[in-house]
Amino acid sequence: METLYLIFIDPFVQMVVEPAFLVEVLIGGLTSGVMYSLVALGFVLIFKASGIFNFAQGIFVLFAALNFVGLMDLGVHPILAFVITIGIMTALAFVVDRLVLRPLVNQDPIILFMATIGIAFFLEGFGETLWGGDVRPVRVGIPDEALFWEAGFGEILVQSADLFAGVIAAFLVTTLALFFHFTPVGRALRAVADDHQAALSVGIPLNNIWVIVWAVAGFVALAAGIMWGAKLGVQFALSTIALKALPVLILGGFTSIPGAIIGGLIVGAGEKVFENYWGVPLLEGATEDWFAYIVAMIFLFFRPQGLFGEKIIERV
Amino acid sequence: MLTKKLVTAGVAAAIAAGAIGVAQAEEGQFIPALTYRTGPFAPGGIPTANGYVDYFHLINERDGGVNGVKFIVEECEYGYKTDRGVECYDRLKDKHGGATAVSPYSTGTTYALIDKATADKIPILSMGYGRTSAADGRVFPYVFNFPATYWSQATAVIQYIANEMGGLEALKGQRFAFIFLDHPYGKEPIPTFDILAEKFGFTYDKYPVPFATGTEQKSVWLQIRRTKPAYIIMWGWGVMNATAVKEAANIKFDMSKFIGNWWSASEQDVLPAGDGAIGYKGATFNGAGTGYKIFEDMEGMSGLSDDGDRGTVLYNRGMVNAAYVVEAVRLAQEKYGKGKRVTGEQVRWAFENLDLNAEDIEGLGLTGLMPTTKVTCLNHEGTNPAILIQQWNGKAWEIITDWIPAMTDVVRPLIEQDAAQYAKDNNITPRTCS
Repeated sequence: METLYLIFIDPFVQMVVEPAFLVEVLIGGLTSGVMYSLVALGFVLIFKASGIFNFAQGIFVLFAALNFVGLMDLGVHPILAFVITIGIMTALAFVVDRLVLRPLVNQDPIILFMATIGIAFFLEGFGETLWGGDVRPVRVGIPDEALFWEAGFGEILVQSADLFAGVIAAFLVTTLALFFHFTPVGRALRAVADDHQAALSVGIPLNNIWVIVWAVAGFVALAAGIMWGAKLGVQFALSTIALKALPVLILGGFTSIPGAIIGGLIVGAGEKVFENYWGVPLLEGATEDWFAYIVAMIFLFFRPQGLFGEKIIERV
Repeated sequence: MLTKKLVTAGVAAAIAAGAIGVAQAEEGQFIPALTYRTGPFAPGGIPTANGYVDYFHLINERDGGVNGVKFIVEECEYGYKTDRGVECYDRLKDKHGGATAVSPYSTGTTYALIDKATADKIPILSMGYGRTSAADGRVFPYVFNFPATYWSQATAVIQYIANEMGGLEALKGQRFAFIFLDHPYGKEPIPTFDILAEKFGFTYDKYPVPFATGTEQKSVWLQIRRTKPAYIIMWGWGVMNATAVKEAANIKFDMSKFIGNWWSASEQDVLPAGDGAIGYKGATFNGAGTGYKIFEDMEGMSGLSDDGDRGTVLYNRGMVNAAYVVEAVRLAQEKYGKGKRVTGEQVRWAFENLDLNAEDIEGLGLTGLMPTTKVTCLNHEGTNPAILIQQWNGKAWEIITDWIPAMTDVVRPLIEQDAAQYAKDNNITPRTCS
């Protein structure tokens, strides 16, 4: 009986009695969700353009942030470090295209997926060899203070770094949307995403497009890496956190940029609400490790293409 | 013909060189070093491993080993993953004539190795971690956890909080928070806290932090902000610690009421939080900094690790760990033959008879760096478990208390009870310690 009360009554009573805490939980969840979305964006970009699920995207986040903060630690100005890191990520995109993707053209998607797992292992080791395993704080002037907002129903804590991440995510999404809709390269990317052969037939150079899209994904990874790094320090746990983007993608759809954002927000808010109102009282906490994956699995039963993904129709 | 002779001579020379190499290697005292310099736990794993390995190098270079027997150290990277830790142990245990002792720096791996190492007659020195009830030497002859166990540490931390609040009676009605890594290590002190809570009338909320990343703590800190505990105690490791310190600073929690255990209070844990970490406290059993005689001997010595983390809490702890092993080897040689390589079984005897007083420690140049330690057959934790409390001042850790003794009257019966249960479950007949 008590268990039923803890499941069906108590959480909602608490939400009503302490609305300020509920708002804090929701804000905390949504801002975490924004960070997941930033990572998920990189996955979506590559999947849309090439149909490859890039398992290494999480490591891209870590690798980009490691290079950025490593260069800064060597005394390079942050802006220059940012530019150099973009150069490194572009070079990486070129190398991935030449050494991994081209030799595997026309192979099954699972082969390309396996290849990205290889890239992930390589980059993790390579990054650690280059820059070591210590936690490196990112100090680029991103505000990281606690803001206390006195709402009518109580005091609410908001982290300025989280708000900043939200602004950056909004900026990135808008920029990418404009890029996809109004630039020739963006249109070419969409054409490739729709149909490789049709795109080739109208003269779109597929290989260049792949390099561009991997480089853009590298740029998004750098933005995500800096935001995560400013919050938690650049550390190897980032690559594991980045895997949270997987349930985000399942929810939002692998081919939708708005889906990545909304999926991230749902996962972020959902896991925090569940942890605080059900996880801690009933399951002794630490549910954030698995909650998103359970939600994603349930989603797969009912809507495998995600909220915004393209419905897969196979005709016999 | 000439070619054939040259090849034959080359092969013979290679075999001879190999044989000499093996012979020389077997003369040495082999130390398998299970380390984690990669992954989320590398920030703690790197300085600990450096201190551990450097101390053996120092003994080899400065003293020519122990009575002429040099140490051979071989590292195996396991990323703080229990299965890989066991694999590393299996890979190294028989090398160079057999392992002297093993220190896994992981409670999970220590648990997994207890039966194996006991069967292999290789002592485990889980210095301040591992299975607490292994302190009962009657049931766990090959496992040592001096100079103090987690359970002792838990009681000493509560004692410290009581001292600050005005006595053990003041604990009644208080609410504390316990943040821990969701891992055997993090859960280890919970039975002790439960008993202390009942005995002294306080309550505490448990906040596990997911093991995979150690950084998913948003909900934990929202809850803490809501419940407003009088003190927070943390059993963290790796990146979890730095995240927690940063989050505590963010919610403006009084850092002087936030106490980490001895694996949650090193430089790596506070530096990422900047000035927000000032005032954070932690338990310890070893000194920090380089103001000890031993470091003078390391000046200018080649072959040591990069000196970036020399003098940090964890580097020094790695050195203390190695110093215990070296002194056990020295003691074993005194009994079984000076200048001879000793076996794991003989080192086990030495661990059990280790008695390092202040004078001994001064002779080692380690005064202030390691505590006095006396181990017995009955008590593998050492006879005087205690902690120091240190506080971060923004630049360095400062020791702010004298030794705070553990509540052995609480801990020892628990140890014996748990060990007896283990013996029963595993059909072990406890030996007699007379």
